[in-house]
Amino acid sequence: MGDHHHGPAKGLSRWLFTTNHKDIGTMYLWFSFAMFILGGFFAMVIRAELFQPGMQLVEPAFFNQMTTLHGLVMVFGAIMPSFVGLANWLIPMMIGAPDMALPRMNNWSFWILPPTFLLLASTLFMEGGAPAFGWTFYAPLSTTYAPPSVTFFIFSVHVLGLSSIMGSINIIATVMNMRAPGMTYMKMPLFVWTWLITAFLLVAVMPVLAGAVTMMLMDIHFGTSFFSAAGGGDPVLFQHVFWFFGHPEVYIIILPAFGVVSQIIPAFSRKPLFGYDSMVYATASIAFLSFIVWAHHMYTVGMPVAGELFFMYATMLIAVPTGVKVFNWVTTMWRGALTFETPMLFCIGFLVLFTIGGFTGLMLSIAPSDFQYHDSYFVVAHFHYVMVAGAVFSMSAAVYYWLPKWCGKMYNEAMGKTHFWISFIGFNLTFFPQHFVGLAGMPRRIPDYALQFADFNMMSSIGAFIYGASQILFLYNVIATIVAGKPVSDDKVWEGAEGLEWTVPTPAPYHTFETPPRIDPDHVHS
Amino acid sequence: MTTQTSTEYEKYYVPEKSRLAICATIGLVLSIYGAASIMNDMTFGDPSQPSNAWTIFLLGLFFFVATLFGWFRTAIKENIAGMNSAQLKKSYVLGMFWFIFSEVMFFFAFFGTLFYVRVLVGPWLAGEGEAGRMNHLLWEGFQFSWPPATTPQEAVGIASQPIANNGSFTSQETSMAFGEVSHWYHWLPLWNTIILLSSSVTVHIAHMGILDGNKKKFNLWLAITVLLGIIFLYVQAVEYHEAYVQFGLTLNSGIYGSTFFMLTGFHGFHVAMGMTMLLIQLLRSLKGGHFTADDHFGFEASSWYWHFVDVVWVFLFLFVYIL
Repeated sequence: MGDHHHGPAKGLSRWLFTTNHKDIGTMYLWFSFAMFILGGFFAMVIRAELFQPGMQLVEPAFFNQMTTLHGLVMVFGAIMPSFVGLANWLIPMMIGAPDMALPRMNNWSFWILPPTFLLLASTLFMEGGAPAFGWTFYAPLSTTYAPPSVTFFIFSVHVLGLSSIMGSINIIATVMNMRAPGMTYMKMPLFVWTWLITAFLLVAVMPVLAGAVTMMLMDIHFGTSFFSAAGGGDPVLFQHVFWFFGHPEVYIIILPAFGVVSQIIPAFSRKPLFGYDSMVYATASIAFLSFIVWAHHMYTVGMPVAGELFFMYATMLIAVPTGVKVFNWVTTMWRGALTFETPMLFCIGFLVLFTIGGFTGLMLSIAPSDFQYHDSYFVVAHFHYVMVAGAVFSMSAAVYYWLPKWCGKMYNEAMGKTHFWISFIGFNLTFFPQHFVGLAGMPRRIPDYALQFADFNMMSSIGAFIYGASQILFLYNVIATIVAGKPVSDDKVWEGAEGLEWTVPTPAPYHTFETPPRIDPDHVHS
Repeated sequence: MTTQTSTEYEKYYVPEKSRLAICATIGLVLSIYGAASIMNDMTFGDPSQPSNAWTIFLLGLFFFVATLFGWFRTAIKENIAGMNSAQLKKSYVLGMFWFIFSEVMFFFAFFGTLFYVRVLVGPWLAGEGEAGRMNHLLWEGFQFSWPPATTPQEAVGIASQPIANNGSFTSQETSMAFGEVSHWYHWLPLWNTIILLSSSVTVHIAHMGILDGNKKKFNLWLAITVLLGIIFLYVQAVEYHEAYVQFGLTLNSGIYGSTFFMLTGFHGFHVAMGMTMLLIQLLRSLKGGHFTADDHFGFEASSWYWHFVDVVWVFLFLFVYIL
């Protein structure tokens, strides 16, 4: 068994040829941060243009390319891979497995991402410019009126889907097959549960996205009429197929964030998670409902009233399991011995801001009201409360929480807290005013606006620059920790931390649980 | 599952490092870059400009296929060397199962499309229902039927390629759908249904053969399955030729042609994939002497895939050809 005790290989080949879940997790995390910076840069261009009314810096066509690429890079390049990175690092350690179930495929899932995003970003320099039809790429903007670079975009999406499907199959096989003896399903940490359900969602909807872009490809190059009414098809068909993918997709983004928060809040409340079983069932219910609500993104396309009503009620139903979750997190903190280290601050920030995003979601779910909100900045504010304050805040919390276990060194707490407060203020300054301009009628994806929106937009832009700058502090803190942080020797790192990943030495050795640990059968989980 | 035994590899085998992923990435990225360039040259390109798109595509594809070949070879060698514990084998089973599930969802998108355009969009374009109220103004005179006699743009007099299909032709000779009962033997989809359903039976017989340890039976029935797969593809090629040349039904002839060729075409592609998989298993058995009564997952996974394409065909037959 000698070869299993080797440490990592030296040099670049360690990263290129690795099959180690920790190496692959690390690569996913760094890659997603790089994409976060790139997508953030696009956002800064958008906010700089919108700093004042009138045309300031960029051409309208380029502005459209920025909004499109910002969305695509953030969703597919930053948020999704970051949670896959967490899954890689943590799932095997949390369930007592030696590695992911299919280690070579794991490496492939990662390595196809960087060249694909390079290809996607290179469309900026192609003739006709980058895709400019929004991250939702509605036909016929993305077919009849698309720039030639759309073909590269389509194939990029295919490959990203391939990566996600392979990554998800790996996670499903790992969770179903690699749990240590005694680690029953209802003993798994909630992060593992949420990822298992997320992986099911990914395997179910990524192929549908592949179908959507394939139909686009056929319409553009081979003369089919899927999205053309002239030939008997329908542009709205595109929206149905896209949102059948797209709505589960937003839960794919948020469910792992729920998992992270469900690990961290109990640790800093020094209490077990309240209502573990109901958390599992709520996650599963949200996943199920995500398949039958897609058309709430399309209330204004002219659906029959029966359709509007069905999708409206189904959407409102999601508030129930989501409410269960929020209630459980709050109840976990209730009468806990709370401390407010950086991960906990980000989780509480998540809890408050995600709930606001949830409530605006409920407002948007009401079909007649949505006729007013549709395609306005209100929608932009809503989904940034969920995506940024939801997914990205929980991701920041996760990095602070597990970083000491990963690298054996403690981050600078004061700097971490500063990062949190600057992020929190910057984020709210950016997106809270967008509710108001949205309700007053400012449309999204337009580089200019009416004069009465000027003040709120200037606030938004200043907030965005503050939020953007706070991420540099985050990057600095992480690098400083890895290079010169104070060493941590305690396996547990955090006083209230529970779970198998805190039973291995700090920093986590290259290979963990080569022999499965015994799980105490009476163990009630945290 | 995880109890340790004295066998060296009963621990979960985690390969130490591997170049396979990087090579597969290079092949895949080159081939998609090439494919996208080929299509852009075709649609937007200047024919006088020389292009190396095909070279990049073929080079990438070759590299990709070669890497996959090497990848499977490695996995097979590891299994023969006894490195795969029962637990690792279960990972492969789960991997294949969820891969097939993802394929099911891919077809689901196209079946959903067919349902949507037939049941909802068509009548709406002809002005029915609240969703179609305005369409009298847009596509005046458009009548909907399935298969459609005209496209909406033809109905308002904008010329497009003729949408010749069984909407405008009455005999079953010029129809993709089932026509007169007396001419059933002319109807290729029926023959293809018989062929593909039989092949599911033959592959099952082959499976029973290997479970009994009867390699002869296994090889024979597996070869018959592969042959049936090839015949299916040949008949489909004849059918496509007929559609293009005799009926003028093409990808360009409106939504009927779009859905017809997309659904049957992707299915045909999957039959070709499944047939190749089974052919490789046959060659492994014949040349490499692989597979025993209790170790034949390569074959088993391929046979699951084959049953999957068979089930998809049953739905195609029902929704594309019959109904």
